[in-house]
Amino acid sequence: MRRIVATLLLALPILLLGSCSRETTPEAPDEVEGNENVAVSTLDVDTHLKILYWQGPTTLNPYLSSGTKDIEAASIVLEPLAHHDVDANMVPILATEIPTKENGGLAEDRTSITWHLRQDIVWSDNTPLTATDVVFTWEYCTAEGGGCTAIDSFRYVERVVAIDDHTVRIEFVKPAPYPYGPFVGSVSPILQREQFKDCLGARAKECTDQNFYPIGTGPFRALEFKANDTVQYIANTLYRDEGKPFFQTVVIKGGGNATSAARTVLQTGEFDYAWNLQVEPEILESMRGAGKGEILTGFGSQVERIMVNQTNPDPKLNEEQRSVYMDGKNAHPFLSDINVRRALTLAIDRQILVDVLYGVSGRPTCNVIPLPEKYVSTNNDDCLTQDIEEANRILDEAGWVLGSDGVRAKDGIRLSLVYQTSTNSVRQSTQSLIKDWWQQIGVETELQNFDGGVFFSTDAANPFTLTRFYADVQMYTNSFEGNDPSNYVESWKCGNVPGPHNSWVGSNISRGCSEEVDALLDALSETFDATERVEIIKQLNDKVVQNVWEIPLIHRARVSARANSLKGFELNGWDSEIWSIADWYRE
Amino acid sequence: MKLENLARADLSIQQAREHPSPWMIVWIALKSHKGALVGAGVFSFIVLAVLVGPLFYTVDPQLTDYAVRNQGISWQHPLGTDNIGRDMLAQVLSGGRIALAVGFAAMLLSLFLGTVVGVIAGYYKRLDGPLMRLTDLFLAMPLLPLLLVIILLFRDALRDIFGLEFGIFILIVFVIGITSWMQTARIVRGETLAIKEREFVLAATSVGTSGLHIISTHILPNILSPIMVSATLGVASAIITESALSFLGLGFPSDFPTWGRLLYDGAPWIGIDSTNWLVRVFAPGIAISLTVLSVNYIGDALRDAIDPRVRNK
Amino acid sequence: MLKYLSKRLFFAIPTLLIISFALFAILDLAPNDPTSNLPITIPPEVRAEIKTSLGLDKPFHIRYFKWMEQFFINEPLNLIEEITGLEIGDSESRLRVRSWSSHSPVVDSIVERLPQTLWVVGLSYVFGILIALPIGVVSAYKQYSWFDQIGTFVSMVGFSIPTFFTGLVLIVVFSVWLSWLPSTYDTTHDITDLSSLWYQIKQMTMPVLVLAFYNAAQLSRFMRASVLENLNLDYVRTARAKGLRDRAILLKHVLRNSMLPVVTMIALGVPTIFTGAIITEQIFRVNGIGQLLITGINSADIPLVQSLSFLFAVLIVAFNLIADIVYGILDPRIKYE
Repeated sequence: MRRIVATLLLALPILLLGSCSRETTPEAPDEVEGNENVAVSTLDVDTHLKILYWQGPTTLNPYLSSGTKDIEAASIVLEPLAHHDVDANMVPILATEIPTKENGGLAEDRTSITWHLRQDIVWSDNTPLTATDVVFTWEYCTAEGGGCTAIDSFRYVERVVAIDDHTVRIEFVKPAPYPYGPFVGSVSPILQREQFKDCLGARAKECTDQNFYPIGTGPFRALEFKANDTVQYIANTLYRDEGKPFFQTVVIKGGGNATSAARTVLQTGEFDYAWNLQVEPEILESMRGAGKGEILTGFGSQVERIMVNQTNPDPKLNEEQRSVYMDGKNAHPFLSDINVRRALTLAIDRQILVDVLYGVSGRPTCNVIPLPEKYVSTNNDDCLTQDIEEANRILDEAGWVLGSDGVRAKDGIRLSLVYQTSTNSVRQSTQSLIKDWWQQIGVETELQNFDGGVFFSTDAANPFTLTRFYADVQMYTNSFEGNDPSNYVESWKCGNVPGPHNSWVGSNISRGCSEEVDALLDALSETFDATERVEIIKQLNDKVVQNVWEIPLIHRARVSARANSLKGFELNGWDSEIWSIADWYRE
Repeated sequence: MKLENLARADLSIQQAREHPSPWMIVWIALKSHKGALVGAGVFSFIVLAVLVGPLFYTVDPQLTDYAVRNQGISWQHPLGTDNIGRDMLAQVLSGGRIALAVGFAAMLLSLFLGTVVGVIAGYYKRLDGPLMRLTDLFLAMPLLPLLLVIILLFRDALRDIFGLEFGIFILIVFVIGITSWMQTARIVRGETLAIKEREFVLAATSVGTSGLHIISTHILPNILSPIMVSATLGVASAIITESALSFLGLGFPSDFPTWGRLLYDGAPWIGIDSTNWLVRVFAPGIAISLTVLSVNYIGDALRDAIDPRVRNK
Repeated sequence: MLKYLSKRLFFAIPTLLIISFALFAILDLAPNDPTSNLPITIPPEVRAEIKTSLGLDKPFHIRYFKWMEQFFINEPLNLIEEITGLEIGDSESRLRVRSWSSHSPVVDSIVERLPQTLWVVGLSYVFGILIALPIGVVSAYKQYSWFDQIGTFVSMVGFSIPTFFTGLVLIVVFSVWLSWLPSTYDTTHDITDLSSLWYQIKQMTMPVLVLAFYNAAQLSRFMRASVLENLNLDYVRTARAKGLRDRAILLKHVLRNSMLPVVTMIALGVPTIFTGAIITEQIFRVNGIGQLLITGINSADIPLVQSLSFLFAVLIVAFNLIADIVYGILDPRIKYE
């Protein structure tokens, strides 16, 4: 008996291994016809493109995405009416041109916009693209219970109508401040009605086949989708441009972290392209030294900034009071003093942060709107030079007296801060450096960091989120969708302050509130002249920066790496990095 | 082999018998045990270095001097500096205090929990089922969400009561202790089950000795060796786990260096030219390994000293 | 024996139910949420809508019962259908346990990921045991010899240096400096001929090595302790007094007895093969069960994490039972009533 058991024990692992070797043969997905499922290792190296997204794609339906990775992975299959290029300009993709007032596409009063579709586009199943697909996509995203991530693009859309087979008109409920939201950029591409028609609303999430293998108009289509692991694509033979794409097969692999992703392109050469490599500059530079690849940067609207809490986050306050605006009656004990806030921003040497922690992937900035060029204000550039002396002088003048413990105080209030951010080695190093500078102006800092999943959560019961803001200052990167900050500046409205009254759903994180800003925002919503709008947006940027509700630190770029042999593109900071993949080639 | 080694140990313990102070027994066991002597020496050195070292080497481990970042070994910076110019030696010294305190406190807690659960489950048949299912529950529980819940519930409360540093210390020790006792409990239970059926325990039971007495005089001393192994391994995993906690927002603030953190932060720098990576990566690694090794040797000797099967021969 | 077995199996059911409840409660309490990883440009109102569409607005007990229904009734029915080809009831509208991030059935993801986890983690477990047992026995038999000292040193270093570190060192040496081995595991790789088999061996080498080293470090310490303990027992003394040679005593008696606790340890460790190895899988991009679990946890994917953890609990309870039975068979002194 004992001997039998012992034998069984020994046999167990062998049995397990035996059973798994049978399972390793991947099954071809149903809708792929023919025998195309070739093992990656046997592919022709020249026309096979290997991309590494260290956060692997979990779905190819961008409307159900759980992160940027999904939107990008879908962008080589599904296409919108227009994309953004590297300079933030719109380029027509499925449309013949960008509608404007001049060409009559955009209504004079901005209540509707009309797009003309190209006539020569077919889906990868050889059916033509029509206006009904565009209308359907709007229905799909706005259907009740669908949980569509791009619904904000359709915020002001009243309805979408097909004028004829290749013309659609989008009608807005009121004059749209920015009419190019819907169907522009990789966040809202066109879905095929035929494929998704039974996937509306709550059923959207049950359509696994559709979500993993969407039929698109793009240069590639998915061949095998393994969520969070590997996506294999094959060239779409019906793609509109003759001779494109250059690559016959593409694979996007997930897993690991940014450093190891950089290594696979720059040092070992296992991959051709790697995405999102926020890594210390010395590490990237040393890896680049191996000579196998290049580092790419693409600047968009991302700014790493410190938010300065305008309300009192004292832990002794109860949930109805802590970090709650309360119509201005709950001001921060010392950050409500503009002198303290100004001293905090003056003490920071942004150039050092760039040199030590960001390298090519960042530049110092004094604005919260860093690009496109026309929106960039030059009124705040004095923050670029650190001035500890001046900061000390301001604090002295304002009556904050240096104590024997090296911390300034006034009326028994000490300048002692809690500084929180998400966990990320660059952020923690930034915290350490800034803590040091603030110490030099007599401000004491306690550092806190939370896992990104906790910090960026919107769980109402979670006290450690950025909307709760149970700290004096907090740091993260914010940006805006597409190339237009119209929606983004609205976050500075007084009415958008998060609090218990709106279950902490609100985008005015710093809780800064002034009549001036609100008045500017009201004016903006009634202004349609492009140059006037730019002026107002610039003024809004200046107000937020000069009130020091937010301390802009670094204009961050996207960082990716490509193998030396991969050519034909620049890194796009405004849209999916890989949407132009049809133009990529190997030399 | 060398079963005669044991005879030699017997002899020295024979001498100890005439002076039956328990400390004496431990000392004699240590003395006759070369590995333990070296281990004790190294361990005392490490403890001394992290406790007294910062008094002599007064560089602030949190000071960021970016003008001298990524420097190699020099007189100003005996272990070089990291990528934002913090002195490595100062960080290793001050990181050791937390690492050692957390490592030992958490190990003791986890050992205590594991042993209590294991012995009770093994000895009292009625409690075996419930206790071992509790163990299963803890083993199946994904650690991360559990930790997140613990932060949510206790982080601020403990900070208010015990202050920033001590509050976090208690929290970390508690968290590591409560999530790492299961292995010990299972092993201890297994051993208890076996020893319970041995003649001497049966004899003791038959003359009516109480359960508690049997556990403390017969069972515990006999299961010492797996406990000692668990203890050594426990110190190592507690030091490493501490670093994982600080990433969740559960540990010490990010500018508090600890050995686990230093090792983790150093890992991406392996093989990166023109930086101080060799020292940066290996200093904390060697510190942790040396501590664990020396604890292991001391543990070996202690077991020899206390284990009745060696002692009572 | 049979009575004992049936009693244990009977009690396993309420145990597992309690475990599933505790798991669900912890996951629900955890402060992260499934919209955390969305781009920051997506406003909070949209996030709230997404959470509603996932059913997060429903009260706790309804969500728990829904999961129970899907997991204990719908999934097994689905499995039966797939095996037998029969259609039971309205299988179209039967809700399956779906992940909150990929929206595909959780069971399918698990099946997709088992192969690589079993290959890498399973093999490393076997190798770990094969290395640890002889090292443990020899170092106990020759206690304090050079072999023992080196074994102790290596295993202590192996245990105090975590896998994220050893893994990286191996990658830098074997992938970057020597370019012998790939640093990324290709889960779509098929073994069709000798050269593809060779590639599979190459891509498995580093992850298996890292894990085997770590497992062996731990196990060999327990093996050594167990053998040492037995060497000190009376029966060894008696046997020596009877004039038996050391080697014979070791192989015939000591080894058998000291294997006892170690065999249980090995049996109890088997479920960890199925949970995968979170860190090692991440480093080498093996993307098995461990990576599935960690990405699930990071994105607060409750259905996925709950189902995976529960399956793990089932395995743990099952292997506990197996270990107890094996223990009883190997050591007749232990009685089961």
